[in-house]
Amino acid sequence: MAADVIRIRGLAKTYVMGTNEVHALDGIDLTITQGEMVAVMGASGSGKSTMMNMLGCLDKPTSGSYELDGERVEVMDRNQLADLRNRRIGFVFQGFNLLARTSALENVELPMMYERSRKKDVRDAAMKALARVGLAERTHHLPNELSGGQQQRVAIARALVTEPALLLADEPTGNLDSRTSVEVLALFQELNDNGLTVVMVTHEDNIAHYAKRIVELRDGRIVRDEPVSPRGNAAADLAAIDARRKGNA
Amino acid sequence: MKPQMLVRIALRSIRRTKMRSTLTALGIIIGVGAVIVMVAIGHGAKSRIEQSIKNLGTNMVVITPGAANTGNVSQGAGSFNRLKIEDAEKLKRESVLLADVSPVIMAFGRIRGNNGTNWRCPVYGVDPAYQNIRDWQVGQGQFFDARDLRARRKVCVLGATVALQIFGDGEGAALGQEVILRDVPFTVIGVLAPKGQTASGTDQDDVIIAPYTTVQERLAGHQFIAQILGSAASPSDVEAAMTEAKAIMRESHKLGDWEDSDFQVKNQADLANAATGATDVMTILLACIAGISLLVGGIGIMNIMLVSVTERTREIGIRMAIGARPADVLLQFLVEAIVLSLLGGLLGVALGYGGSWLVGRLTGWPTMIDGMTVGVALGFSAAVGVFFGFWPARKAAALNPIDALRYE
Repeated sequence: MAADVIRIRGLAKTYVMGTNEVHALDGIDLTITQGEMVAVMGASGSGKSTMMNMLGCLDKPTSGSYELDGERVEVMDRNQLADLRNRRIGFVFQGFNLLARTSALENVELPMMYERSRKKDVRDAAMKALARVGLAERTHHLPNELSGGQQQRVAIARALVTEPALLLADEPTGNLDSRTSVEVLALFQELNDNGLTVVMVTHEDNIAHYAKRIVELRDGRIVRDEPVSPRGNAAADLAAIDARRKGNA
Repeated sequence: MKPQMLVRIALRSIRRTKMRSTLTALGIIIGVGAVIVMVAIGHGAKSRIEQSIKNLGTNMVVITPGAANTGNVSQGAGSFNRLKIEDAEKLKRESVLLADVSPVIMAFGRIRGNNGTNWRCPVYGVDPAYQNIRDWQVGQGQFFDARDLRARRKVCVLGATVALQIFGDGEGAALGQEVILRDVPFTVIGVLAPKGQTASGTDQDDVIIAPYTTVQERLAGHQFIAQILGSAASPSDVEAAMTEAKAIMRESHKLGDWEDSDFQVKNQADLANAATGATDVMTILLACIAGISLLVGGIGIMNIMLVSVTERTREIGIRMAIGARPADVLLQFLVEAIVLSLLGGLLGVALGYGGSWLVGRLTGWPTMIDGMTVGVALGFSAAVGVFFGFWPARKAAALNPIDALRYE
């Protein structure tokens, strides 16, 4: 049986706003095993962003426990959390979050600059990661010289370069057109087929159906947790879109 | 993160905001440049004074009238003139360590050449030993000797300036001529080699030198003993010679053990200290003013770094999300501040060199830049970077990753 990448028990996050307490997360139990591809869904205010921040070790829970890849997160200090984000988690954001005026290659190299026990050839690893997302020809382009889809692929290469246990994607297709969205999802599916655990937050059903499992939140609680069926095949859909366009042209 | 990486990131971020970085560093550039120019002027003045004091003669001991003083502040109210010819003669007779002794009698008055030219300059009545003490070469003719002194002959030696002004610049034009001093004609037997200006700008060559016996007799009532000069046989004897001279002088003035000396004995080091003391104060003052401008420059750097941290909040968030520790972020901004102020410092050094050269050119003041000043100025600008860069950098490091990442 595959190992648990994420194990959450009774996770809660409470924000105090004036005299009101807002329970963004209200006691969540969730286990995600290695090789899963999970879509976290929910309306805005459902707590899915808070959940994403918790999973990404960017924010600390008010109570509950969180084990990432066998390590307890809630007891860690800022440095340990930084190292954990560096080694175990690859982030992909809605707004790409690449460093401006910095080449694709250097953006991908960046996580390795912060690695404590650095042994590998940084340049070589970054080139390989870019090749893996199909951008071997664009290594010296600046983010503003790349299309949205290409920027997101640079971000994915950056997320992969440290060989994390978990790929966390926060609305990865939010800023992309529908064809590019399917393209990015095809890449996620390919990475997932090779054993990478993927968790993505989305509010779009047509994106979520490419995942293997959907977890839906409402008011800080899980209201749905079920496998996806039928599951979409992004690579096939992409080929269909391209064929249709060719037909129209 | 490796140090060279940090410096590269810093340089890149500085290059991206060229205009702003230049304006920010301008405070440091001007500050460091000012420090260097100011100190260069101060040092130049000091070295000129020291040089001209060395010109006074070697191993010289100077006895002047007046109460003993400390740090240029007179300790006694009645600093009246109490030097006598007898003091000089007693020193000459009894001192073992002073090889040469000469009184310096100063007389003033209008001077007329036998060609009708008028001039005005001091007349020194001295012993022939004066020439040795001052280490003053004779350009033409000769210095008067002991016989002239004993016979109270009306002979004199002219300083180069006086000779030129009264008798023109012809070779030997002054020799054998007469200068009339208060109706007393003196025969010119020599012209001294030029000695140049003192530190305070007095022309040392604008003087007439005559036997003190003659000056005392002929110009009575218009003269006083300004000082007694002596010179020790060797530099190592100077201290002992001063002690000895003091003892002889106290005896000559019949001072009891409880009484303060009514004269001062100084050597060249004392004269140098007194003269350079003022320029030291000036140098410190100038350096202080320049230091304040460095401080202001540092505040400018802090200001721009704070702006930069706010502007780059999102970048900080991204770096933290992919694994930068707070210390990494702190170092990044600290190094940027240091690099910025060090670059400013380097440009400031260049400006300082240029400025010193220009000041030297325009005013004729001597300027001197020493490596110490440059090192201290550069070190100080780096320190300014550390000091004023730390707070903005700490602010950046203290950001919460999620807040930084969501910052718009």
